[in-house]
Formats: sequence, structure tokens, C-alpha cells
Amino acid sequence: MTLDATDRQIIEALQAGLPLVPAPYAAVAEQLNLPEDALTERLAAMKASGVIRRIAAAPNHYKLGMTANGMTVWDVADDQITELGALIGALPFVTHCYERPRALPEWPYNLFAMVHGSSREEVEEKRARIKDILGDALRASDVLVSTRILKKTGLRLRKRG
Amino acid sequence: MSELDQIDRDLINILQNDLGLEHRPFEAIADQVGLSETDVLTRINALKENGYLTRFGPFFDAAAMGGAFCLCAMAVPAEKFDDVLTKVNAHAEVAHNYERAHRLNMWFVLATEKPEGIPNTADAIERETGLTVHCFPKLQEFYIGFRVAA
Repeated sequence: MTLDATDRQIIEALQAGLPLVPAPYAAVAEQLNLPEDALTERLAAMKASGVIRRIAAAPNHYKLGMTANGMTVWDVADDQITELGALIGALPFVTHCYERPRALPEWPYNLFAMVHGSSREEVEEKRARIKDILGDALRASDVLVSTRILKKTGLRLRKRG
Repeated sequence: MSELDQIDRDLINILQNDLGLEHRPFEAIADQVGLSETDVLTRINALKENGYLTRFGPFFDAAAMGGAFCLCAMAVPAEKFDDVLTKVNAHAEVAHNYERAHRLNMWFVLATEKPEGIPNTADAIERETGLTVHCFPKLQEFYIGFRVAA
């Protein structure tokens, strides 16, 4: 989808979030000097093309008790990764699952699955379940626990003059 | 508000679904949880202010806008960590950054408007820090549900 200047203004206006008022689209439309239906039609087009994945809340895992997370990483046989990746991605406790390139020799892992839980033990239990599914296709694995959030912002568009 | 009641938990779950584009989109949510629209908005505001929700709004996909995302990692020596962190986070393209317990101890996501922004930013960080930036672009995505049950 090609974004025009108005789309970009809309994206900039919504980067910090949607106003939490009864008629949020009317409020944003007024700010941008657009009719409300012009705004919502453009938002609908952005949803249809995937520019907007959804309009929703981003929960804070830590505050909700999901204090442990592990980025589990796996070295899986290349000819089986598509089939096995789909199985791992379908697990309810896996929130992100990707095939990524290895960086040999330092980094032999090609499957990344983010696992969340209320304790380190829970994350380890879940990791063991992934290991069982991968079976003989698995050559090596590791888990990287996050120790600190160093930055967290959404996507920021650069201002254009 | 220090403790969440059941309605707050229901709201957190419902609010992770896609909000409609109607004139009064919170009315449908109010009906679902059996509260007035005003009460729902008050609760959502409180959930945000108290840090249970980090954000409420559109999730943009940089790739669908012609841009790109890339997970990157660096092995940062402990004595240089703060200095490197300042240099890395100074880039607006760094959307999030986590410290992880591993030799590769700094993991960040670059989000750029154009695909060439990824190598350009990674190169700039390498020049500024003198450290290797490993880029791990996604080759296949197996799931992007990202739901947290409250």
C-alpha cells in the first residue's frame, strides 16, 4: 500500500495511541481537520492492507504477573523447519515464532520462539515441551532470559519537512 | 487501583482484540462487560495510568508500509555497556531493546521506513561502537498472536 501525505499525518497522530474518549475517531479527525468518515475509511484501508494489524491494547506482561520470559532458540534441520515451526508457533504459550538466519560460528540457531510464564520454572517446563516436539530434527538449543528492558517505544516515523 | 478485579481482567482480554471503527467503538465493549461506556473508559484510563496497559491504539506494521523490521544482537563488554546503550538507543530506529543473559547480551529491534534503513542503521551503530551488530531478519513467521491472558 502506498501511503499519501494524509495517511502519514494519520499515522503520526496515532503513534502515541488512540484518545480514550467516547468518540475517539471523531476526536482524531477534528485534530487533523478531516471528516470522521474520511478518517475511518482510510483506517479501514490500512487494516485491509496490513499497515494496521489491529487497534488494540498492548498489555504490560510484568504487571500482569508474566514476570518470566525466555527467548528460546533452536538449531533445527533446514528441511524440517517449515513443518516444525508451524507446530511450535501454534503452541498457546508461544507469543512470537520466527525462522531467522544463523550467524555461524557464533550463533547456530535458526528458530526463535518467545515463551512467557509466571516463573522461570514455568518457562523451563514450556521449553521442555518444545524440545519434545522438535525431536530428532533438533541439534542444539538455548534460552535467553531478559534481564532488563533497555528501551520500549512503538514505531516512530521520522517527521518530514 | 492496585488489584485488578474480574471486570478489569475481562477488559484487558477484550481490549487485545481489534477495536471497531464505529463512531462509538467502546459501546460494544461496555455491553460485553455489562458496564456503561463512561465506566469502561474510566477503567481503561486507569489500567493505562497504572501501567497494566502500555499503550492503546493501532499496531502499525512497518513492512506493510514499505519499511522493515529486524532483530539485531550485540556482544557488549560489561565495562562499555552503558556507553554502548546510550549510542544504540539514540537511534530513533531502535524500537525496543532488551538486555539478555548471554554472550550476545543486547538485543534490539530496528524498525525503519525503507528496507535499506536496516543495514544503514546497523552500519552506523557498528561505526559508533566498534562492535559487530548481528542482524537476524525474519525468514518465516509462524505466529503473531501475542495475547496475554489476564
